[in-house]
Amino acid sequence: MRHFRSIGLALAATFAVSQAGAQELTGTLKNIKDTGAITLGFRDSSIPFSYLDDNQKPIGFAMDICYKIVDAVKKELKLDKLEVKLNPVTSATRIPLMANGTIDLECGSTTNNAERQKQVAFTNTHYLTASRYVFKKSSGLKSIDDLKGKTVVSTAGTTNIKQLTEANVAKGLGANIIPAKDHAEAFLMVETDRAVAFVMDDVLLASLVAGSKSPDDYVISKDAFSKPEPYGIMLRKDDAPFKKVVDAATAALYTSGEGEKIYNKWFTQKIPPKGLNLNTPISPELKHEFAKPSDSPNPDDYK
Amino acid sequence: MNYNWNWGIFFQPNPMGTGTYLDMLLSGLVLTLKTGALAWIIALITGSIVGVMRTLPSKGANWFGFAYVEFFRNMPLLVQLFLWFFVLPELLPKAAGTWLKQLPNAPFWTAAIGIGFFMSARVAVQLQAGIGSLPRGQKMAATALGLTTVQGYRYVLLPMAFRIILPPLTSEFLNTIKNTAVAITIGLLELTGQARSMQEFSFQVFEAFTAATVLYLLVNAVVVTAMRFLERWVAIPGYITGK
Repeated sequence: MRHFRSIGLALAATFAVSQAGAQELTGTLKNIKDTGAITLGFRDSSIPFSYLDDNQKPIGFAMDICYKIVDAVKKELKLDKLEVKLNPVTSATRIPLMANGTIDLECGSTTNNAERQKQVAFTNTHYLTASRYVFKKSSGLKSIDDLKGKTVVSTAGTTNIKQLTEANVAKGLGANIIPAKDHAEAFLMVETDRAVAFVMDDVLLASLVAGSKSPDDYVISKDAFSKPEPYGIMLRKDDAPFKKVVDAATAALYTSGEGEKIYNKWFTQKIPPKGLNLNTPISPELKHEFAKPSDSPNPDDYK
Repeated sequence: MNYNWNWGIFFQPNPMGTGTYLDMLLSGLVLTLKTGALAWIIALITGSIVGVMRTLPSKGANWFGFAYVEFFRNMPLLVQLFLWFFVLPELLPKAAGTWLKQLPNAPFWTAAIGIGFFMSARVAVQLQAGIGSLPRGQKMAATALGLTTVQGYRYVLLPMAFRIILPPLTSEFLNTIKNTAVAITIGLLELTGQARSMQEFSFQVFEAFTAATVLYLLVNAVVVTAMRFLERWVAIPGYITGK
């Protein structure tokens, strides 16, 4: 027993020392200072959050936010120069690359939920999206109930397919739900009439429609399958000093009104490379969230 | 490595409400086995027919077998499944295309048949090589006995050839099972698909894929053992493949 206590004391002492030396850096901040570089993970086709432009350079709403965070980190560490490395990630690789230290921030459209917070941390929410469905105007659907007995597609492993499955049971729709490998393939299923509707985050649907051959043929439902869910920039778990810097940077960005400016740049104007316009003005919920930034994974906290 | 290992995740309820995460993976495994088994039956039957055609004296049969094998062997499986699933229905007359698209379980049938045809080209080549490796005298002896071509193949050539190619067929069978993982691209939630879903829901990537790896290994170990028994059972003492 005494033995354990002495180990405990030793640990406490070590901890106290590292706490005492306020200058002493740990975790990601130490790593950034040592290497003089920070690595951002980006997505190649998550329009308009994080995607490649004509020059294969990642751009987007989340990328802009990440560059603001980089500025804040540079200031915090009092560095003259901070190299920004860019590393592509997919939904399958973002966790391993975050865990093994390849990327420090993931700049994309990753939903922040309680289950994922067991594995990673998120900074303040930068977007709120609800689950809706896209369909061809010609199919004449109106509400979720119209999906009765129809074939509906969603992307495998997303929160959307889960909500669709739940609604299917709760409302007794008897819809035939098929999972697709990714968003592009799911949309292709609607395009080729393999499915009548594709259930996904409304903003992703808007970008798929805007980028399709004939955007006028598609409609996004008014009915939603869920409350608005938060998207967050992902970082490593249990790295309080780094999260503090990142949170402060995003909070300052959103409350200053600059967040909304960046939002408008990507959601209400023509964006590269093809000059699409998503025509999605900022929602009251997101406006409220920008005024009072939060990293909560609970949709009920965003009203 | 800053990763939060959680092996208990398998016993936690999955968000689809279909039991635990382990149940999710096991349902994927069942689908993998069903797809693999059906694909292998198709591969074995079609492959045998095409393989025999390539050894027949008929020029036409030869040419057909050659074209078949080159068509299915030279295109990546991933591309083939994509073509069958997305492109083929668009090429058919509209009514037939719509009918095909609305078939229940379309991804399963497309995957099983698509993988079956892809593997049949490989089985055909194996069988052709097996028949080719038999001494010429075998065929002549069959003819001398008064057997027709069909009878010659049925009673002399094929029983020998299949015994010779049994070990390579085992690995083709294993490949068939592993190739079912490609079916994820057309929306079939087999073992790999379920592991990916599990990873997306829980973010426990390594646990999900470790479990998938172990399940694939177990299945393949069963197949290998069963095939060894089969080899021993059909072996004829004194022949190249017997002891």
